[in-house]
Amino acid sequence: MSEHLPGPDIEVERYELSEAARYRFELERRDFLRVLTAMGGGLLVVASRPGSAQNGESGRGGRGGAQASGDLTSWLHIDEQGRVTAFTGKVEIGQNIRTSLTQTVSDELRVPPSAVTMVMADTDLTPFDQGTFGSRTTPMMAPLLARAAATARGLLLARAAETWNVSRETLTARDGRISTPDGRSIGYGELIKAGPLTGAVAARPDEMARDQWAVRGTSLKKIDGRDFVTGRHDYTADLKREGLLIGRVVRPTAIGAVPTSVAVGAARAMPGVTVVRDGDFIGVTAPDERKAAAAAAAVKVEWRLPAGLPTSESIYEHLKRTAGAASIPAATSRNEGRVFRASYRIPYIAHVPPEPRSAVAEWTGDKLTVWAATQRPFGVRSELAQAFRIPDGRVRVIVPDMGSGYGGKHTGDVAVEAARLAKAAGRPVKIVYTRAEEFMWAYFRPAGVIDIDARVDAMGRLSSWEFHNYNSGGSGLRTPYAVPDRREQFHQSDSPLRQGSYRGLAATANHHAREMHMDAIARALGVDAVEFRLTHLEDSRLRDVLVKAAETIGWPRASQPGRSLGIACGVEKGAYVATAVEASRTPDGFRLERVVGVFECGAIVNPDGLSNQVEGSIVQGLGGALFEAVRFADGRILNGTLAQYRVPRFKDVPPIEVVLLDRKDLPSAGAGETAIVAIAPAIGSAARAFGEVDTALPVTLTARS
Amino acid sequence: VARFLLRVNGQTHEIEGDPADNLLSILRGELGLTGSKYGCGEGQCGACTVLVDGQAMRSCVTRLSSLTDKEITTIEGLSGGDRLHPVQEAFLEVEAFQCGYCTPGMVMAAVALLDRHPNPSDQQIASAMDRNVCRCGTFPRIVKAIRLAASGGVPDARAES
Repeated sequence: MSEHLPGPDIEVERYELSEAARYRFELERRDFLRVLTAMGGGLLVVASRPGSAQNGESGRGGRGGAQASGDLTSWLHIDEQGRVTAFTGKVEIGQNIRTSLTQTVSDELRVPPSAVTMVMADTDLTPFDQGTFGSRTTPMMAPLLARAAATARGLLLARAAETWNVSRETLTARDGRISTPDGRSIGYGELIKAGPLTGAVAARPDEMARDQWAVRGTSLKKIDGRDFVTGRHDYTADLKREGLLIGRVVRPTAIGAVPTSVAVGAARAMPGVTVVRDGDFIGVTAPDERKAAAAAAAVKVEWRLPAGLPTSESIYEHLKRTAGAASIPAATSRNEGRVFRASYRIPYIAHVPPEPRSAVAEWTGDKLTVWAATQRPFGVRSELAQAFRIPDGRVRVIVPDMGSGYGGKHTGDVAVEAARLAKAAGRPVKIVYTRAEEFMWAYFRPAGVIDIDARVDAMGRLSSWEFHNYNSGGSGLRTPYAVPDRREQFHQSDSPLRQGSYRGLAATANHHAREMHMDAIARALGVDAVEFRLTHLEDSRLRDVLVKAAETIGWPRASQPGRSLGIACGVEKGAYVATAVEASRTPDGFRLERVVGVFECGAIVNPDGLSNQVEGSIVQGLGGALFEAVRFADGRILNGTLAQYRVPRFKDVPPIEVVLLDRKDLPSAGAGETAIVAIAPAIGSAARAFGEVDTALPVTLTARS
Repeated sequence: VARFLLRVNGQTHEIEGDPADNLLSILRGELGLTGSKYGCGEGQCGACTVLVDGQAMRSCVTRLSSLTDKEITTIEGLSGGDRLHPVQEAFLEVEAFQCGYCTPGMVMAAVALLDRHPNPSDQQIASAMDRNVCRCGTFPRIVKAIRLAASGGVPDARAES
């Protein structure tokens, strides 16, 4: 990945060392058969051999299926009824990959989508996976499952050819059956009944060309949508276990506070209550929520509060001071020219996933099973194994399809807490964070300062571009615009608040600063903002989305006098976006009248699902653009309730038009994140027609014209 | 702790509880009705929305003591038998969800809205639904689903297979 790697202190996407085994020996037929026997026979496709098309993201570097499949990790199984099961360590978060991956398997295997079941995010059943982040499922997992399915199809065709003693090339696979030109046909299940079939993912199986896609490229509806509209889907918090207790963690009164005295007697005396104190961890279990809350409240703790922490006002100065700005090398060999400098400020913002962090932990003998809402099941398994000093193989993490994450559910805190309490109570324990805990004890999208110094020559072209990001991160740091002399740098700072991944992460901050700056320069030069960008753009894919967005919004003329247009664009994680907005003036600022989002991520797997993601990203981006910012002082979050922390609601959402450009000639990139990056600068640009716009997010008018 | 009679989805339950207990924790913890979700506990996100005598209420801030002689309907009690409610059908038809966590609450709020205003204006939709949050940002699709349900629903509503 071209992603700029963060320093060791920042929890950005939590890249971990995860090496493949040094030696990897040829699979033997008896290994396959052992696994297949455990699965009740059938056809099995397992991870490929070294040096083949396998990638390091998934499958290797760890061991899934330790119990079920020995050393083999299986990607795909077909049983004697022709039912297909595909395995992936990826998590369904609402990005709809359970559906899009089903489409991939169904397409390559030539079976109807209803014949395919995806087993996802279960560390005992699925191959190792780094985690569900970085928009990687579609570009990396889908091709892998496509190869596994194409391999299976190849095995079935070979067996049918052998059975009928005909050439394989004469056979066709369709609808779960293989047919000959003269009308004979046999179902996959029947073929498999003749005896087990096994194979490793072929490096170059006979995959479909993208323009031949039949199931991919269509808007298959969410696989289990019915369970969601009926409330039947069980999220982690909905799970029931025999003897389940409710757990509560006794939280410090401020971030960074440590307990100096703890009195647990009153809580311990309550019937049915277990109290755990283990180092700085204090928690309780009780038979129900009310008793658990009462028990937690009965634990009396004196806290030593941290002193001298920055506030949401002083944070920017703090970030620059702690970045060791003095050590930054001298600037590039700047030519002189017209100078444009600005310093953009990005506040911490919260993910506010609707489903709070939650986990159910259960010990069975010395084996630990945890159901948890997390984007990194294998990472959380390691966290649990480390916390309890047991081998990974004794921990199983299962992730029920989640109530979203947006990058906010990478860590395993809640899983570890529930497991610690379950160990003490000797019964399964569930913890569901309250919204207040979610605000204070999760982590935030990093705050940052972005300083830009740009120079423009006499011809009106950018001649140098110096871009320094303090703390918010390196994604999207590089400008896509052609500049002869450029320097872009990420500087790690000390963050007083816990920070980590977020949808699009730093790309949103970096795009906002860059696009606002491009807009400011174009205005100052008196040139059209779209023309100015095009003059500096060589990437035809980015040009295409920009031009399309401009056309669709009616650039450069707003639909009514007194209204204004704004536009911004960018490329991130291999996907291209341009966003244009129309705004009107109001007595206290401005209001959005209309948004156009143009998106291109190569070949589209599920057009309606993609449209949903793009629109959703724009709506989520409205929050950071218009009102989201975490306020804090003395280690306390000052707006840590949903009443105080404003997220987008129905009334905030203007009409949104999503335009998707389908490029069947290009491989599919991920699409869950990129569309969030251009909405804030498009709004900022439109607001500039009405006055001076603050260089801090959210976008506000500081002076009105 | 006192005894309360709670009428939920047509059945009467005898509940032991504190008058200040919230309805959501009773539904989820005591009655096993987990379709209504906890999202904020402040009555701000609407994931816990249920109908109380036909009105959309945030069950996380509805006290047990306020429910005497009231008829409570949760998402589990919305559809009769195998047939989905037209609002549920409409949500499915337009895929008015992503992660689905807010969906039961959205559906219940929409049912209450359409009960009061069978042909709601844009403004009525926005006002009635504004206390329900979809963090995935599917608001435009939810509005579309509500309009679809209002206009007679999905033409060929699928029965449960």
